[in-house]
Amino acid sequence: MSVLWADKYRPKELSALDYHKEQAANLKDLTKEGDFPHLLVYGPLGAGKKTRIMCLLRELYGPGVERLKMETMSFTTPSNKKLEITTVSSIYHIEVNPSDVGIYDRVVIMDLIKHVAQTQQLNVNAQREFKVIVLTDVDDLTKEAQHALRRTMEKYISNCRIILCATTISRVIPAIRSRCLCIRVPAPTEDTIVTILQNVCKKEDVNLPLAFAKKIVDVSNRNLRRALLICEACKVEQYPFTENQQVPEPDWQIFIRKTAEQMLQLPNIKSLAKVRQNFYELLTNGIPSEIIFKTLLEELLKKCDRGMKTKVVEEAAIYEHRMSQGNKAIFHLEAFAVKFMYLYKNMLEQMVEVY
Amino acid sequence: MQITKIIMQAFLKTGKLDKTQPKSGGTSKPTKKSELVPWVEKYRPKTVADVVEQNEAVTVLEQCISGADLPNLLFYGPPGTGKTSTILAAARQLFGDIYKERILELNASDERGIQVIREKVKTFAHLTASGTRQDGKPCPPFKIIILDEADSMTHAAQSALRRTMEKETRTTRFCLICNYVSRIIEPLTSRCTKFRFKPLNESMILERLSLICKEEDVNCDDETLNLLVQTCGGDMRRAITCLQSCAKLKGRGQKIDPDTVLEVTGVVPDKWLKEFLDTCKSQEYGELEKFIRKLMLEAYAASQILVQLNEMLVVNDQFNDKQKALIGEKLGVVSYRLQDGGSEYIQLLDLGNALSKAYSLA
Repeated sequence: MSVLWADKYRPKELSALDYHKEQAANLKDLTKEGDFPHLLVYGPLGAGKKTRIMCLLRELYGPGVERLKMETMSFTTPSNKKLEITTVSSIYHIEVNPSDVGIYDRVVIMDLIKHVAQTQQLNVNAQREFKVIVLTDVDDLTKEAQHALRRTMEKYISNCRIILCATTISRVIPAIRSRCLCIRVPAPTEDTIVTILQNVCKKEDVNLPLAFAKKIVDVSNRNLRRALLICEACKVEQYPFTENQQVPEPDWQIFIRKTAEQMLQLPNIKSLAKVRQNFYELLTNGIPSEIIFKTLLEELLKKCDRGMKTKVVEEAAIYEHRMSQGNKAIFHLEAFAVKFMYLYKNMLEQMVEVY
Repeated sequence: MQITKIIMQAFLKTGKLDKTQPKSGGTSKPTKKSELVPWVEKYRPKTVADVVEQNEAVTVLEQCISGADLPNLLFYGPPGTGKTSTILAAARQLFGDIYKERILELNASDERGIQVIREKVKTFAHLTASGTRQDGKPCPPFKIIILDEADSMTHAAQSALRRTMEKETRTTRFCLICNYVSRIIEPLTSRCTKFRFKPLNESMILERLSLICKEEDVNCDDETLNLLVQTCGGDMRRAITCLQSCAKLKGRGQKIDPDTVLEVTGVVPDKWLKEFLDTCKSQEYGELEKFIRKLMLEAYAASQILVQLNEMLVVNDQFNDKQKALIGEKLGVVSYRLQDGGSEYIQLLDLGNALSKAYSLA
């Protein structure tokens, strides 16, 4: 009973998918001949990339792929450092997130793929000739790791297929893109999410008013998984649903908003010290730095005029880029905060002068 | 007794009672699996003469095949122009059946630190090669070390090559392959004969694709093929992979339509770009933010958007030169940051603002 709705009602077959049906049909055709090229599946969070991959695998291998086991594999880097990475695998496929080990991801890619690719399936007649390797968060891989993938993908194609999963392909090098069949998974439309929410609620015997469903969808930012989680959370909080029930916002969002307010009220050194503490708090709670940056920027921009917005966004683009380059996010968050305060203060002073 | 034990073990391992076949990695490609081989591999040029367009390199290699000496080579050029294919074909022609023993191919997927250069490459280079094959035919008395994707080698490793390259000229030739010649250190480039591989002519790619279409029984008209060629920008591998993907996605015998091609190549439909420009023109920040958020949810690649915007803007007479310069600079900066890992949302927002600013200049 403790299964989340998002997992419980995850479609298991390509034909059961709720949206992008044409694509699903194409994917089904793809598996018909028992063979497919390397795939690169990309789309925003909660659009159903993983669901599609699992459906595809099931279509290929049958229900056996759902018997998963966790395994820890260990690798040794050339500098003799021991690494451990958790993989999820069935007898037909193996799923791994190489960016878990940070800059050593190249070693994982090289070893793992060669390892899997060099072992052949025992019973060739009963099974497919190849295994599938699912690599998640490919956009977070280092450039070296991506280069390592290039030739390996071509060389071992007779024994394994690689399915790559990414949120954006801007960071995937063109050489890899040109070796894969790219499959774009756009986020479901708002109406689709409403329909899915209602269907799920019906199955759960929960009465969901249309107006409230729309409210959830607004908050979820077209992220289906998030919508389902929020819906479930709301049910725990207050049921039956009322039309004007509050949809709870995540704590960190409120926290960032407060931080932004602090920066806007008192753009000085003193409040900067508090802002820094807030950033630390957020980071230690495991909120990814990109999300902090984006949310903060959105909150700050609400209070700026047109000219100021252009300037702030320009600066934000510079600092965000630096943040992704460096490895101490706090420096760049703080630098951006200072820059913003400076710009904002100048703007306020100019306004005073005008009057 | 011993033998039965071995057979027992073999049986337990394979579940079959015939002879155990040693399977060696993925490099062997049994013919019965021919349909599993990607077309890119299947239609790699078999001989140097088959390589299209790259005249200089082909001439040199052909002379070498007919008996002349081979210099150290450095091939550079954009992806999919036939660099790896050329050298592999040449090696096959030079050495015939024994070409596997005579070449050492290292690429970015192999460990290529300074340690490997010192040990593996040096030991391989030290071996002498005879001037005849086993069957008595003459063949060049040297070996070839192919360093593919050489631009991803560290500088230390590249430096370690310098002296090795000179000392072993009697027995070994090096062939470095890279996309960007600027990432190879000067001392190495000066030791090699450089060949630039140009992006392929569109008609060449079209010809090749039509051939593959005929061979593989793909239903695709000329118009669609043209579109495919255009979106690939001179990259033969990309064109062939796209064609195979389209064919796979549609299933055998089905006709490939232009929409499928666009979807597979990830081209952003023009209506989105137009809307982007219009939103910027309106100078409404709120609208711009909303639009970019929507665009991100459609999962189009920001880098692709930049490429297409660039193409669109260069020929656009809506802007004067000054505005174009402004936008062009921003495009460059944003594209660099995106490659480096910046967030798509913020970078596109920045670009949008720059566009708005350019509009307001008019």
